[in-house]
Amino acid sequence: MKLHEYQAKKLLRAEGVRVPDGVVVSRPERAEAAVAKLKGPTLVVKAQIHAGGRGKGKFLDGARRGKGGVAVVKGHAEAADTARQMLGATLRTLQTSENGQTVRKVWIEEASRIARELYLSILLDRARSRLVIVAAAEGGMGIEELAAEKPDAILRVALEPALPGGGWSLYVARRLALGLGFPIRSATAADFAALLRALVALVQKRDLSLLELNPLAVLEDGTLAALDAKVQADDSALFRHPDLARLEDPHEMAAAEREARIHDLSYVKLDGEIGCMVNGAGLAMATMDLISLAGGEPANFLDVGGGASQEKVEAAFRIILRDRAVKAILINIFGGIMRCDVIAEGVVAAARARGLRVPLVVRLEGTKAEEGRRILASSGLAITPAEGLHEAAVLAVEASRSAKARAGRGSAGRTR
Amino acid sequence: MSVLVDKRTRVLCQGLTGAQGRFHGEQALAYGTKLVAGVTPGKGGAECLGLPVFDGVAEAVAATRATASVIYVPPPAAADAILESVDAGVGLIVCITEGIPILDMLRVKRALTGSGSILIGPNCPGIITPGACKIGIMPGPIHKRGPIGVVSRSGTLTYEGVWQLTQSGLGQSTCIGIGGDPVHGLGFCESLELFLGDDETEGILLIGEIGGHEELEAARLLRDAARAGRGKPFAAFIAGRTAPPGRRMGHAGAVIGGAEETAGAKIDALRRAGASVALSPADLGLAMRKALERGVSSRRSRAVKVKVKAKTKAKPKAKAKTKKARSGRPRR
Repeated sequence: MKLHEYQAKKLLRAEGVRVPDGVVVSRPERAEAAVAKLKGPTLVVKAQIHAGGRGKGKFLDGARRGKGGVAVVKGHAEAADTARQMLGATLRTLQTSENGQTVRKVWIEEASRIARELYLSILLDRARSRLVIVAAAEGGMGIEELAAEKPDAILRVALEPALPGGGWSLYVARRLALGLGFPIRSATAADFAALLRALVALVQKRDLSLLELNPLAVLEDGTLAALDAKVQADDSALFRHPDLARLEDPHEMAAAEREARIHDLSYVKLDGEIGCMVNGAGLAMATMDLISLAGGEPANFLDVGGGASQEKVEAAFRIILRDRAVKAILINIFGGIMRCDVIAEGVVAAARARGLRVPLVVRLEGTKAEEGRRILASSGLAITPAEGLHEAAVLAVEASRSAKARAGRGSAGRTR
Repeated sequence: MSVLVDKRTRVLCQGLTGAQGRFHGEQALAYGTKLVAGVTPGKGGAECLGLPVFDGVAEAVAATRATASVIYVPPPAAADAILESVDAGVGLIVCITEGIPILDMLRVKRALTGSGSILIGPNCPGIITPGACKIGIMPGPIHKRGPIGVVSRSGTLTYEGVWQLTQSGLGQSTCIGIGGDPVHGLGFCESLELFLGDDETEGILLIGEIGGHEELEAARLLRDAARAGRGKPFAAFIAGRTAPPGRRMGHAGAVIGGAEETAGAKIDALRRAGASVALSPADLGLAMRKALERGVSSRRSRAVKVKVKAKTKAKPKAKAKTKKARSGRPRR
């Protein structure tokens, strides 16, 4: 689960990490009063969406069309104006979809007097099964770019999980401080050690899967401040952090993904035309690959999980069909413990209840597959059964093509 | 022989009295697995599926001489259940539970270091030696005993692979589902080492995914084994070639990060190591057959080293064969 920058900074501040003073604004009419609390004259206005590259992104509409999602402004009036312009506008960055994302919250903070910018993060090193601190003396740019251009500039220290405090020990700070160019007995090095210790504790206490400060700034007075903060909480650990779970911003999820979550389905929207419903994440990814090998493009990833009841299948249909680009649906089920005849009944009932506006191809294999196919065939519904994986994908691609051709003819007829 | 589990494996089930534990416990017994006891704290002394239930793992091991444990415990208590089995000295721990917090798993991994326990999972289908011992949630009847070792990060995709093997007449020595989580126990490399050292296993099918680096390490291991003259024919499939970067695809582990973690990078590495790579999940059985026909890659790499001449002669032949086998199928 991703947190917004303003939420992350609040968490950091509570741990004693220095962050610039700021306010969050979600309603345009409140902008003026909120900004008045800050010391000027220079202020930074930052759009709050769950995507990186906001500064280099571009607004697609509104008064800030063509401008970026981070603005340095002079004076309170301009800050309030900029915030009002950002709210409700659509921001596109390298990490959003083509259509961008609506800005619903804006964070305005006091500008900092920066001497140097650093990069600092704590994340999982899966190869070693350790949390690792990653730091670089050159902040501001993306760590992926830095890793590609100057791999030697990146410092890494793994944390030993058996140590109390989540692997904290003073040498960790000394090693990184030296690498970052802080003289070991300087006030900044001491500040850095305290900051690191707080960050490691925060990651442990809150089950964070990512904590990234980019940049972490050395200010002109020698102190350190987190100017940007990206935080991700471990979804699997939210059960023990109800306060974090409440920070989730439902607007950042597409409506379909929200609905999928309610029904315990795993759904990711993609840009193709063939809707997929599959049991198991690996098989679902493989089914996407299969569709593209057959010359089509998957419209989504959807894992119905282990027990696909009629209710779940119905919800999955609803979610897939929300996407108007979907021209055909492919259901691919490998029945294990989940029996294919039960699935088939669920599919038939759901298709009857929903009505299908697009062709449906179903491939059932595994436990009771024969019975399942028989149920589909005798349902009287326009369901195309497929035996092999490959055949299923080809049939789905063909069905979507002919559906598209029909739609094309239809609209041409209307325009005439 | 098989690897890790066989007819003699004595299994206890942590969480046997829960809905999942009871259901899969029943299936395991029907398959012929030597399930000997259940463990549910607070239900010691009870009986479930005709088996004794104990309050703790140590007590259950002492009473039943169990050598393996399977865990169907909800996520908040699952790491604790694994640690309890490690503490009791259980040799093989199979954790089916999905959704264990990452930090919990980091501690579990630390506790496993230097212990005598091997962990399979979490978030995995389990392990099966067909006809002998089934520990986990996989459907028994799709398996058939034979010469192929299967190791996979996925659940249903593993069943797909196994089914294709069985359909094409290739049985399995043991199938290991290592699980889809970023922090897990037994990995590809350890599994491959086991298969390389197993007499019954004549070929290996590896099913990977986007995310992480394990498939790359596996490729290195298999390449080195072939060079050392102890390689075995192997086939591979990597799911997620069409997954967009940065999106989590169901499995917590399946997120594309750096360049090395894409499906393309893994496929290249596996090919270079001598794998017969299936690009379509419909061709898992076929790829395995091809790998067996071709034999160990070391012969090939030696041939390449000898002279380019040999290579140019061998290649068109191989290509023609591929085309024939796949004719009529649109390819990318």
